[in-house]
Amino acid sequence: MYLFQRLVQGVLVLLGVTTIVFALTFVAGDPASTLAPLDTTPAELEAFRHNMGLDRPVPVQYLDFLAHAVRGDFGMSYSSHEPAMGVVLERLPATLRLTGAAVLFALVVAIPLGLLAAMNHDRWIDSAARFFAFLGQSIPVFLLGMVLILVFAVGLRWLPSSGGESWKSLILPAISVGAFSAAVLARLLRSSLLEVLSQEYIRTAYAKGLRGRTVVVRHALRNAALPFVTMLGLQVGFLLSGAVVAETIFAYPGMGRLAVEAISRKDVPVIQSFVTIAAVIVIAANLFVDLLYTRIDPRIRLS
Amino acid sequence: MRRRVGSRLPSGPALFGIAILTALVVAALFADLIAPAPDTQQLFDRLDAPSWAGGAHGHLLGTDSLGRDLLARVVHGARVSLTVGLVGVALSGGVGITLGLIAGYLGRRWDRIIMRVADVQQAIPALVLAVAVAAVLKPSIANLIVVLAVTTWFTFARVVRSEVLSLREMLFVESARVVGADDARIIGRHILPNAAASIIVIATLMVGNLILFEASLSFLGVGVPLTTPTWGRMVFDGIEYVATAWWIALFPGLAVMLTVLATNLVGDWLRDALDPRQRRR
Repeated sequence: MYLFQRLVQGVLVLLGVTTIVFALTFVAGDPASTLAPLDTTPAELEAFRHNMGLDRPVPVQYLDFLAHAVRGDFGMSYSSHEPAMGVVLERLPATLRLTGAAVLFALVVAIPLGLLAAMNHDRWIDSAARFFAFLGQSIPVFLLGMVLILVFAVGLRWLPSSGGESWKSLILPAISVGAFSAAVLARLLRSSLLEVLSQEYIRTAYAKGLRGRTVVVRHALRNAALPFVTMLGLQVGFLLSGAVVAETIFAYPGMGRLAVEAISRKDVPVIQSFVTIAAVIVIAANLFVDLLYTRIDPRIRLS
Repeated sequence: MRRRVGSRLPSGPALFGIAILTALVVAALFADLIAPAPDTQQLFDRLDAPSWAGGAHGHLLGTDSLGRDLLARVVHGARVSLTVGLVGVALSGGVGITLGLIAGYLGRRWDRIIMRVADVQQAIPALVLAVAVAAVLKPSIANLIVVLAVTTWFTFARVVRSEVLSLREMLFVESARVVGADDARIIGRHILPNAAASIIVIATLMVGNLILFEASLSFLGVGVPLTTPTWGRMVFDGIEYVATAWWIALFPGLAVMLTVLATNLVGDWLRDALDPRQRRR
């Protein structure tokens, strides 16, 4: 029941997203001049307006847009003259690989860092972890990406600085995208662990004579998992934003770079498809988090 | 209901943050005195290293590919970043606080509409939406600020709404209503002052977020006109020279990082000092 509600909510949000995507063409005023290629004469513009149905009432246009959008039809790309959605979907796997690798990096860094910091509260390990977390939260993707290129591609020549052919070309972009989330998640895990560790039942566990590590892993971690998973779900949007920047620096063939290239050509159908796909990923990730909730906390499933 | 405002003095990290933000404001205000002529091209000084790293022409942070002094450009870039950060927060906060008050105070239909719109916007990654809107708008700082406000208002709205929802039920608001205070007075005298702490914290963190946001957008070449000296644009211009002239991209990038770091440190300290309920250890 809970999951069904969330699913319905997700569909409604997606409907809202398509409204925003539709409205994009009206932001700059005249949709015909936004949508038409850059070098259009006034006479051609008039013909374009009629051909595209832009002279119809806005509600009619919206319903027509929706009817096509549910079938994944966002019109033709201006530059490649193929279906815009297809052009974006072609680049989707590369972006999913990048964000997936970034999530992996964030988790591999955040979980040990948060655990170490909480278990050594107010000692030097804690301070060092907090320092790195602050740094990771503040460094822009483009700066970290550049420093990584300088050190590992230009200096040490260990890893490629661009491209998307092998798993090696995934490492540097994934680190630049994931660093922010790693920092946020490490801070959150630390503070929620500290909160849990001050609870009564933890003291009981200690009083039973359990070792510190057992208490943290068996009792505290499970209860700190809920806010952690929530935050992980919220990070998906940041990861996709970061991927747009990282794909540009590392010349990585994902859909973010495609969208940035589409801007200079005013390829609006491609941009609309890109926004929609990004939103679908965020909504799907949130549904997945809801699913995880019911696994972690049985109370949610029952309510 | 009085919180112990200002009962905690800034610690080391917070002082560091305040110092950086102060330096930034000074740099923006007196940019022309500190390092004049950010656009002057000295073609004989092209790609000159910083003076302390072997540069021949005495530029403290070196020069870029057109021989422009990087120190002057970074200092002038502070103007754009601060303008975007401060005006953007004023606009985003103004819209978000108003809508949050409406949603929380009037409730019912208004609450549902505003929160649904916030849900929808939250499903679109901020930078993705900003890139899309910037693509159909003409590049200008004013447009960019509007885009940033449009993509971030709901953070303020959510915080203010939840503050209003809890404050509305408080006894002192109830008693104010009983003695005949109207809605405007209740909001102005009782609700806003008590929500101020959270708003200040969010606003501080948001200044850094918007500056980072602006830098990312101008790095991608959208938002700000290409001729405006922004930190993000400078990094982009420098990145093709990164292997040989690392300073061109590094210093503006560091400027962004230090600014964001500073607002994060100050924001964190403010949260602890102003808002004991959200205190982090």
